[in-house]
Amino acid sequence: MKILVGYKRVVDYNVRIQVKPDGTGVVTDGVKLSANPFDEIALEEALRLREKGIATEVVVATLAPADAQAHLRNGLAMGANRAIHVVTDQAISPLTAAKALLKLIEKEQPDLVLLGKQAIDDDANQTAQMLATLWGRPQATFASQIDIAEGQATVVREVDAGLETLQVQLPAVVSVDLRLNEPRFIKLPDIMKAKSKPLETLPFADLGVSVSAGLQTLSYAPPAKRAKGVMVKDVAELVSALKAKGLL
Amino acid sequence: MSKVLIVADHLNGQLNSAVARCVSAAKAIDSASVDIVVLASDAAPIAAQAAAIAGVDKVIAVSDGAFDALIAQSVAPTVAALAAGYTHVFGPSTSFGKDVMPCIAALLDVEQVSDLMTVESASRFTRPIYAGNAIITVEAPAGRTVVATIRAASWAAAATGGNASIESATAAAANTHSKVLSLQQGKSDRPDLQAASRVVSGGRALGSAENFSIVYALADKLGAAVGASRAAVDAGYVPSDLQVGQTGKIISPELYIACGISGAIQHITGIKDAGTIVAINKDADAPIFEVADFGLVADLFQVVPELTNAL
Repeated sequence: MKILVGYKRVVDYNVRIQVKPDGTGVVTDGVKLSANPFDEIALEEALRLREKGIATEVVVATLAPADAQAHLRNGLAMGANRAIHVVTDQAISPLTAAKALLKLIEKEQPDLVLLGKQAIDDDANQTAQMLATLWGRPQATFASQIDIAEGQATVVREVDAGLETLQVQLPAVVSVDLRLNEPRFIKLPDIMKAKSKPLETLPFADLGVSVSAGLQTLSYAPPAKRAKGVMVKDVAELVSALKAKGLL
Repeated sequence: MSKVLIVADHLNGQLNSAVARCVSAAKAIDSASVDIVVLASDAAPIAAQAAAIAGVDKVIAVSDGAFDALIAQSVAPTVAALAAGYTHVFGPSTSFGKDVMPCIAALLDVEQVSDLMTVESASRFTRPIYAGNAIITVEAPAGRTVVATIRAASWAAAATGGNASIESATAAAANTHSKVLSLQQGKSDRPDLQAASRVVSGGRALGSAENFSIVYALADKLGAAVGASRAAVDAGYVPSDLQVGQTGKIISPELYIACGISGAIQHITGIKDAGTIVAINKDADAPIFEVADFGLVADLFQVVPELTNAL
């Protein structure tokens, strides 16, 4: 079984995001970039499935500028067999990403596609769902557990009401949530080995994805700040403050 | 003239409270008419609840055994077919809405606005990115359907007292490649976290599932729902459906009491629309105090029971 894993490069989750004063974007110059945490979890799950003997090959894919090659090498260092780098300088919307991934699926014919639930930069939470729809295959989103057997994936999903167990026929798209697993650390010897693993580069235009007019981002703004609060010294003071506000 | 179709979320015959907030978002578009579509094995009782929301013109009830569980790839084709003639298709940013709305967008070949916060015009909206550290204004392309999930915490619920007409529609062909085996629900005797006007939350500082009982005790005294930080859920102190934050639930209660929660950005984004935020933490430098209306630097194991007793 072949697994295709989406592996997006994003601003590292520890970075304190700043909106540019002119409102045209967030500051990204010199800022640390890392793999989307959810995508690392997706890759980790794929590697575990291969180690269990369920999958035979794990392929990571990224749609990103040319300098993202190092990021993909990290995916190979973590343990992926192969990497595909679709090179583009454009910002890629989830719909475009889904269409591009569908082209890769047509080529690679994976049995399972693992994506992160959402990217921590755009927080869109759409690509897996769109990809499944365009592919005409099932989706299982927000996975906290995945079991593969007899051409089916039984997925426990974290939903608002609790935990839903969904069974889908492969091939399928699964988006992974935080508690699915804890990704392994990349070890130095594996970084060296990754240099000789196959990494295919192709220009975005070669995929033949038609991109129609989409959402335009007009401006960026910092979030509204809450009014400054006060410190209270004990429970009695807290209770009277809340009563004064009519909350108790 | 804008015509908005809202996809209803529901469970166990009850309409999800976020649907009324979607109606408010739809009504924020000038001269918009608002319809709601309910897909369920028996849509009638849920459609009746939807029809009672003020400002709704029509409720479309689609009753079909295929919707016994709301599987996204079954729901989306039916909604996409019904979407003809609508300018906007909205769904709540609940786990159901997040699961199905992108499928509808893909079938309509349009991008989706996730977690819509404000309506600037029929085609212009704001939404949060980078865990709410930046708010972007986006413009949808002219002449294309706008598909969006609505960030419920940013909207007040529309009033009751509506009297919408209800009509039936049939489902598009169902798929057979997906099947819900079970739904393990959290305890239902407490108020729903998404809709509660009061929430008491605990963080990793609670230290154990047993210790969380002091959070539950305070919540019970207040008639509040219980929430938790991601760290507390990851540590196994509480189940995942209690998680509040960027990758959990985004809530806007009137009163939010955070016990032993440090206030990571990802948590703050889930609570910043709360009316009043109270923070109890023994670390005076905890970032939660930057957003709290009332901050108490103290040992939660002492003051949380004290607060419970004082009420």
